[in-house]
Amino acid sequence: MKTIEVLGPGCNNCKRLEANAREAVTMAGVDAEVIKVIDYARIMSYGIMSTPGLVIDGKVVSYGRVPSAGDIAAWLSEA
Amino acid sequence: MTTLVLPQPRVPFWLVVGSAVVAWIVAWFVAAPLAAWFAFDLLGLEPGTHIGEAVAFFLYDVPKVLLLLLGIVTVVTLIRGFFPPEKVRGTLAGRGELAGTVGAAGLGIVTPFCSCSAVPLFIGFVEAGVPLGVTFAFLISSPMVNEVALVLLWGLFGPSIALVYMAAGLTVAIVGGFVIGRLHMERYVEDYVWALQGTGGSSIEMKLTPEDRVRDAWSYTKDLVRRILPYILAGIGIGAFIHGFVPTELVVAIGGPGNPLAVPFVVLLAIPLYSNAAGTIPIVQALLGKGMAVGTTLAFMMAMTAISLPEFIILKKVIKTPLIAAFATIVTIGILVIGYLFNFLIY
Repeated sequence: MKTIEVLGPGCNNCKRLEANAREAVTMAGVDAEVIKVIDYARIMSYGIMSTPGLVIDGKVVSYGRVPSAGDIAAWLSEA
Repeated sequence: MTTLVLPQPRVPFWLVVGSAVVAWIVAWFVAAPLAAWFAFDLLGLEPGTHIGEAVAFFLYDVPKVLLLLLGIVTVVTLIRGFFPPEKVRGTLAGRGELAGTVGAAGLGIVTPFCSCSAVPLFIGFVEAGVPLGVTFAFLISSPMVNEVALVLLWGLFGPSIALVYMAAGLTVAIVGGFVIGRLHMERYVEDYVWALQGTGGSSIEMKLTPEDRVRDAWSYTKDLVRRILPYILAGIGIGAFIHGFVPTELVVAIGGPGNPLAVPFVVLLAIPLYSNAAGTIPIVQALLGKGMAVGTTLAFMMAMTAISLPEFIILKKVIKTPLIAAFATIVTIGILVIGYLFNFLIY
């Protein structure tokens, strides 16, 4: 079971990233849970400033951009 | 065990980019003759009539604005990808007040920013030891000198207005940042922000290939254009109506250099229009063509992008009301001064 966290207060880019993450889970066929993190203190605790950020199993894999579902799927199968 | 099958239609990347560039250039040059042909030959409208001019304006402006947005926002987003705030704040933290403020205003142009990032950005800057005035110079310049506004100003009014707009925006940001720095309002930053200091800061380096960067920029641009398209179409429609039907004398009487109340009036008008800047620019273009004063036009554009009630509300989470009020007041005064100054200098 993998944990994917989408860091961001809920603007447009955060929603796109969340949608891509969910699509990636289906694509990669892994067992994973997608969690939205909207609390600023928690977002900041990952050391990022530009939202949206993407965290897989506690590790920041991207921030300030919206990676494609394909990219996220590849990271999921690597991790 | 999972097997990963990614659909990869592999047309060489440079071929895709190359064809897109060629298609853009061709479209740019055929838009005007095509619009004229469509309005005056195909629809049989007369040039010089109200309806003829309005329809031609609409048909020409729609492809022109769309091409400008798609082309230039992609390029600007691509460039901005090289200046993430995580990098920028390190550059700003160690400077003196003057160099820091000027640098922050300048970096505000190239660093990507959306109002929902305002809070993490603010905390991140303060945490890295960036002075408050410098942080605000950045917070003023980043949304005000925004790529969509700049692109449309350049394309619809020409480079001189776009550059003047940029210079005016930078001036407001630098002076505003400097004044806020002088006011020593650190006590109006929420206490928990200071407590967060030193918890983060370990910025993770992302490795992006040129192809990743171009794909990112393109997907951002597509999404942006899709969201603002209805406003742009409505804006161009209203602009076309003004261009064809509204008499010049009326616009001059209300928005011309002779009306001293025009500047504060457009600044007030601009506040609820926040985030619809893209749709409003074609309207402004038509008004400027009909005799609205240049300083008034600049003040309107700046107020629309820089005075953002949603951003002020979001910033409430990290700063207390007196500082937000100071921020809003300084930006508003700066915009009013710019508006009057340009009207005074030009007319």
